[in-house]
Amino acid sequence: MADTVAGANPDTHGAGDDPSRRDFIHIAAGAAAVGAVAGVAWPLIDQMNPAGDTLALSSIEFDLGKVAPGQQVVVKWRGKPLFVRNRSPEQIAAAVKDDNAGDLRDPQTDEERHKPGKAEWLVLIGTCTHLGCVPTVGGGDYGGWFCPCHGSHYDLSGRIRKGPAPRNLQVPEYVFLSDTSIKVG
Amino acid sequence: MSGHSTYEPKTGIERWLDTRLPIVRFMKDTALDFPTPKNLNYWYTFGGILALMLGIQLATGIVLAMHYVPHVDHAFASVERIMRDVNYGWLIRYMHANGASMFFLAVYIHMIRNLYYGSYKAPREVLWILGCVIYLLMMATAFIGYVLPWGQMSFHGAVVITNLIGALPIVGEPITTLLWGGPAVDNPTLNRFFSLHYLLPFVIAGVVILHIWALHVPGNNNPTGVNVKSKDDTVPFHPYYTVKDGFAIAVFLLLYASFVFYNPNVLGHADNYIPANPLVTPAHIVPEWYFLPFYAILRAVPDKLGGVLLMFGAIGTLFVLPWLDTSKVRSMRYRPTARLYFFIFVFMSLVLGYCGGQLPDNPVFGSPSGFKLLDADINSMVWLSRVATIYFFAYFWLILPVLGLTETPLPVPESISEPVLSHPATTPAGAAASPEKRG
Repeated sequence: MADTVAGANPDTHGAGDDPSRRDFIHIAAGAAAVGAVAGVAWPLIDQMNPAGDTLALSSIEFDLGKVAPGQQVVVKWRGKPLFVRNRSPEQIAAAVKDDNAGDLRDPQTDEERHKPGKAEWLVLIGTCTHLGCVPTVGGGDYGGWFCPCHGSHYDLSGRIRKGPAPRNLQVPEYVFLSDTSIKVG
Repeated sequence: MSGHSTYEPKTGIERWLDTRLPIVRFMKDTALDFPTPKNLNYWYTFGGILALMLGIQLATGIVLAMHYVPHVDHAFASVERIMRDVNYGWLIRYMHANGASMFFLAVYIHMIRNLYYGSYKAPREVLWILGCVIYLLMMATAFIGYVLPWGQMSFHGAVVITNLIGALPIVGEPITTLLWGGPAVDNPTLNRFFSLHYLLPFVIAGVVILHIWALHVPGNNNPTGVNVKSKDDTVPFHPYYTVKDGFAIAVFLLLYASFVFYNPNVLGHADNYIPANPLVTPAHIVPEWYFLPFYAILRAVPDKLGGVLLMFGAIGTLFVLPWLDTSKVRSMRYRPTARLYFFIFVFMSLVLGYCGGQLPDNPVFGSPSGFKLLDADINSMVWLSRVATIYFFAYFWLILPVLGLTETPLPVPESISEPVLSHPATTPAGAAASPEKRG
């Protein structure tokens, strides 16, 4: 079909075979084909995103009465561990004291990491922000959490202080339904 | 090479088929008569070994898929059922699991052979790049396959590796969600990994066909790195190399069988016999041995994105290697200076593999020195991996480009036959021992 390439050999075409009209047909056909392929490709890609029922399983309620002071309970939420920690007054004081520490990589005050007036309750997604391992409670140089995989240290507010992780342990969306119960997600 | 077919159909049926689908002619020209340099040593047998390993992995994998259940509640138990109840299931699974290790062992030897004899240089760049594509596909397939038994290492390995992609700015998180099919590694992830683990080996097989095609256009390189000049330099592939490859395969299978029958779990991790638990990470996460050098590069960088980029950069570097090496001389036999750097490179790659299996803060010798450089003790695995990582990249991006312009190579023989015929003194001791050099 080499002779149909626009302008390649215009002399062989009779009147009415305007090269620019052929160009238009080629471009229009090409664009339609690209659009059609993209239209078919998108469903084949998007099917890999979370399905409706997966998204529906996205919130849980949790009874805080299960967590004694100073203790942490781990629950599964959206396939990930969720840390619910009941901090003692000393632990809160230690976390607040570090609000302006120089080694905060992702600076946040302790106040920003819990609900107002509920400083004892720290609710965090329990996956290390480095590569997603589950940090162990009470470990590390700052008494918060320590990730065994690559050595990230988190403080008593779940803030990254040392090691390869780039961000603080994430605080999920949650609300207090009553003084003793929360809804996460 | 095409155009010199010696096939003459003998029977009526063969003549009939030959004019319609000349497949017998094709097989005879490419697999039997193919002119092959007569000085190939045993390092050249690993291509055949790799083809066999791919076949074994496909055959055992298809059988395992008949019994495996890709669901988070049943995957682990179905693998245990294969081990205990399915007839010969233990054998087939151990062949598959250890087969992956043997596949990587062979591919690493194949690649190092290539680096030593300069086989990636013109006119074999496409052949080399196709090999790199196969290697990349192998790594993807092996990683995905390791997730399927849904043990602790499977699960948390999947978490760590998919999180690597999350380090990329902007596109990272959407891609991670796309891989997971949910907010975390879970049942949708396992399902799609099973699907892809079945698909990718066939993609590998397709690229292998292209790889062999690209091999048969310029023909084999050889230990001297000198082009084939005449018919005197070659022998037909069959029977010379079918027999040689066959012997090498038999020896390689002995090693393989020794793992399958006597030490089937030595290359794995005990933690993977614990069912996956998303709430508890094993104390010491390590990938399979064949990923350890890259894992060490990842951990050598204190920054998450930097580590990920450098790790993928190590693989990406291989793709551009043909244009980094400036030397006109292919074989390291005639490049004594480059040869020295090459052996240091192989050693450093092994060092990286060793570091990848250790905790980053472990001391290399005795106890920690107490002297801290930047973020870690100077006597630690993390600093050793940094030194080795720097050498790894320097070898490709600095040493090979500069050395090709500055070194003085030894005289290269006129032809393949010359050093073979005028035996001992003129042949510098290369990498290979030489009972096989009897042309």
